[in-house]
Amino acid sequence: MVTLFLLLPLAGALLALFLPRERELDARWIALLFSGLAFAVSIVIFVTFDPDQNGYQFVDQFTWINPSGAGFEVQYFVGVDGLSAPMVLLLGLLSVVAVLVSFNIDERVKEYFAYLLLLETAVAGVFLSLDLIQFFLFWELELLPMYMLISIWGSGRNRYSAMKFLIYTLAGSAFMLVGFLVIGVDAGTFEISALTEMPPQDALIPLSLVFWAIMIAFLVKLPVFPVHTWLPDAHTDAPTAVSVMLAGVLLKMGGYGILRIALPILPEQAHDFRFVLAAIAGFSVLYGAVITLQQRDLKRLIAYSSVSHMGYVLLGIAALGAVGLSGAALQMFTHGTITGLLFVMVGLIYERTHTRDITSMSGLMHRMPLIGTVMLIAGLASLGLPGLSGFVAELTIFLGAFDAHPAATIAGIFGVVLAAGYILWMVQRIFHGPADEKWADLKDANCWWEHVAMGSLVVVIVAIGIFPGIITDSIESGIAPIAQIFEANL
Amino acid sequence: MTDLLGNDLNLQYELLGPEIALVITAALVLFADAFRRELKIGQSAIPAISILGLVVALLLSLLWIDENKDFARLVTIDNFTTFFRVLFIAVTVVVIIGSHEYIERRVSHLGEFYSLLLLSTVGAMLMAGARDLLTAYLAIEVMSFSLYILVSLAKSDTRSGEASLKYVLLGGVASAMLLYGLSFLYGVGGSTQYTEIAAALSDGTSTLELPLLLGLALIIAGLGFKASAVPFHMWTPDAYEGAPIPITAYLSATSKAATFALLLRWFAGPLLPAIDSWQWMISVLAVLTMVIGNLVALQQSNIKRLLAYSSIGQVGFMLMAIVTISDQTGSALLLHLSGYIITNLAVFMGVIAFYNRTGREEIVAFRGLAQTNPYLALVITAGLFSLAGMPLLAGFLTKFILFQSVVSGGYTWLVVTALLASTVSLYYYLQVIRQMYMYQPEGDASRWRLSPTGYLATGAMLVGVVWVGVYAAPFYTAADRAIAPLFT
Repeated sequence: MVTLFLLLPLAGALLALFLPRERELDARWIALLFSGLAFAVSIVIFVTFDPDQNGYQFVDQFTWINPSGAGFEVQYFVGVDGLSAPMVLLLGLLSVVAVLVSFNIDERVKEYFAYLLLLETAVAGVFLSLDLIQFFLFWELELLPMYMLISIWGSGRNRYSAMKFLIYTLAGSAFMLVGFLVIGVDAGTFEISALTEMPPQDALIPLSLVFWAIMIAFLVKLPVFPVHTWLPDAHTDAPTAVSVMLAGVLLKMGGYGILRIALPILPEQAHDFRFVLAAIAGFSVLYGAVITLQQRDLKRLIAYSSVSHMGYVLLGIAALGAVGLSGAALQMFTHGTITGLLFVMVGLIYERTHTRDITSMSGLMHRMPLIGTVMLIAGLASLGLPGLSGFVAELTIFLGAFDAHPAATIAGIFGVVLAAGYILWMVQRIFHGPADEKWADLKDANCWWEHVAMGSLVVVIVAIGIFPGIITDSIESGIAPIAQIFEANL
Repeated sequence: MTDLLGNDLNLQYELLGPEIALVITAALVLFADAFRRELKIGQSAIPAISILGLVVALLLSLLWIDENKDFARLVTIDNFTTFFRVLFIAVTVVVIIGSHEYIERRVSHLGEFYSLLLLSTVGAMLMAGARDLLTAYLAIEVMSFSLYILVSLAKSDTRSGEASLKYVLLGGVASAMLLYGLSFLYGVGGSTQYTEIAAALSDGTSTLELPLLLGLALIIAGLGFKASAVPFHMWTPDAYEGAPIPITAYLSATSKAATFALLLRWFAGPLLPAIDSWQWMISVLAVLTMVIGNLVALQQSNIKRLLAYSSIGQVGFMLMAIVTISDQTGSALLLHLSGYIITNLAVFMGVIAFYNRTGREEIVAFRGLAQTNPYLALVITAGLFSLAGMPLLAGFLTKFILFQSVVSGGYTWLVVTALLASTVSLYYYLQVIRQMYMYQPEGDASRWRLSPTGYLATGAMLVGVVWVGVYAAPFYTAADRAIAPLFT
């Protein structure tokens, strides 16, 4: 089942690539079909997933690399648990949205959709892998389509931004591979569950170094201060769909990696460094929010707000308790939908106004009430309005983190105040105020794909805000074993 | 029959079947070329004869799988030798198939070209098989002398002669150093036979510490030159740039692999008892090579020079396996060597096909190749990504197994350096890929096709790169079996 989810986008990518030139535009439909099928599979996985059952479900496993005498083996080992099931659902949903908002791409269409689908496969591989080396493999595979998408279809300083993204991630993952190798050589296996049961006690180099070698890759991806600088550039210059994928699922790979690998395999080290993590998290929240306030570029604004919001994820993780960790996992899901929607809206606005400069826009609500309303919903969700999904996640994180890290949590709560500031101020400057004559002939969202993309995300955001149980049941069952490690031993 | 010392000699000539077949083919090629008009055969007959001879040699070498015999105490025929025989023959076959058009158009002295290519393959095969210092030395010279000439054979390219001269002069110095080092080793070990040197060194009775150290330094310098390890790499970029591209490909594949075959034979055999004296030398060499090779590659604008520096960087990775030598790292090295050779040949076959069409070798000339020939762009991209170690391609898997084995050998800091160097390398490989995918073609933007043999060579290498990357089991089984005789 999960292998099907992994392979469907890849099949779509290959099919799109071999379309004859004169039927190039059909690539859109192929991409929609295959990402839609993958989404359907992800829904089936999520719905049939049984939160009461321990361990992984829908497992596919076989030995992949097994050199005799080398004393280790690498497996193809995929499956879902309560942690990855929501991530898979999020990926399925956002991939469809990303394909929809790309429907008006007219340059090198085949390649574009092939890369987009390849990206989906790569990220799916990260969320599904239960073997360290397989995880690393998909982690690296994701770089290629991302690099191509930003540098070919991006705007502005796209080549610079794509290269910056690549270098940051690669430098991080080089350390991650060293960490994996050291752990794997010591334990003789790369299987995550086996390593979780028997955390390494001693290795060739101090385990705290191993912990940071692995964490650096995840922190870069998350990203938090001071390794966040690639994110605003990559977002600003990426095409809309890529921004959606980047904010929606790629950043989650960082948080997911911490929850899946860094904490369970090296719990003692995580416990030793929890204050460092909390300090980074608290500072990131505030720093990200303050920088966001100063942005005049709409896309950069949303990008920096992501830095602030992903700080919450790290804060929840640093609490190392069931509540905080659940909050972090939930925040990853809700941030994916909310920021995904914000980037969709920014893309729609940019397509019409051809500018992202906030100061040059005014009174757009008169011209495009639908876009304005949805943007407002997304913005309110982002600042944590009760009744929308962002609130649930942030509240859970603050509840979980307050006992362990009061100072960082207070910084985080203050970040919410700043978030209200930058979101409302942005909405006010763009959509309210006097209607500017130069925007007189702008059209509201009028294509079906725009409606579907916006609508699906709004439904999810509202649904989780009103009834968080649909997602938290699964998350809590996934977090429970991780939280147990910390409650039992430390 | 016995030698002067009364040792029994095994003179089974069929053990040397592959070498003999290739030498006969080389002679036939020369003859056929000289009497082409009389025999009424076309130009394409010559590569055909060469390939035929190579196939015969390949079949003959497969006869000796799982044997362990020696010929007259000079050459060992075991799985290690067979592995390299097959590898070298395959490289030569691919080079000939992929580049015969290039050779017909841009190389002077066709007959000599092919016969020297075959002879250098013989030299490389003997380097892997030798069990005696002098045999090894002669094998090195057979390979090198053929290559000195081959480098100079590019038609109407002044860089070719210059490159050859530089190569021959520096190569001569290196050979002299190597020979001088071997004489020290002979003095310490009292024999030219690998087995007896090993026995003498592991006795621990030898008091000749200083001569041994000197000998080792000279040997490592000499072989460092052949493998183009920093700081003995100066000839590499010039020779790579000036040589006809098929020879550049051949230099980066066979000449390198043969040197590593020799390094493995020596450092896992006669020199293993002296590991404390040479381990630090090789690790310094490895770090210098991967750091400097990869950093200098960043500044290159010619594809051949870029690949030269990238191959220097790759040598650094391979040297790590010599530092932590064991059956595990040895087998990882053999796997990495085969993966590296397949990958490198994929890139070079692509570059040759590109050069046949455009006659240009600057990196900017690759602009827009993704639109004029998407297939070729794909081949070159897959090759470059594989060199950089991207997943699902040969380079990732072989590097992963290599690095893993070095970590378990206890040299984590070497692997950290290697990973950082590897990250840097992706940057310059991407420079080429960017040109192909991100820019519009200059001038003629119409689609073009490769020749059938071009498709054959590039296609086979592309399949190889993906195959090793996804399902390498047959390769590491072969590597395991090949390395076993060295560690029994």
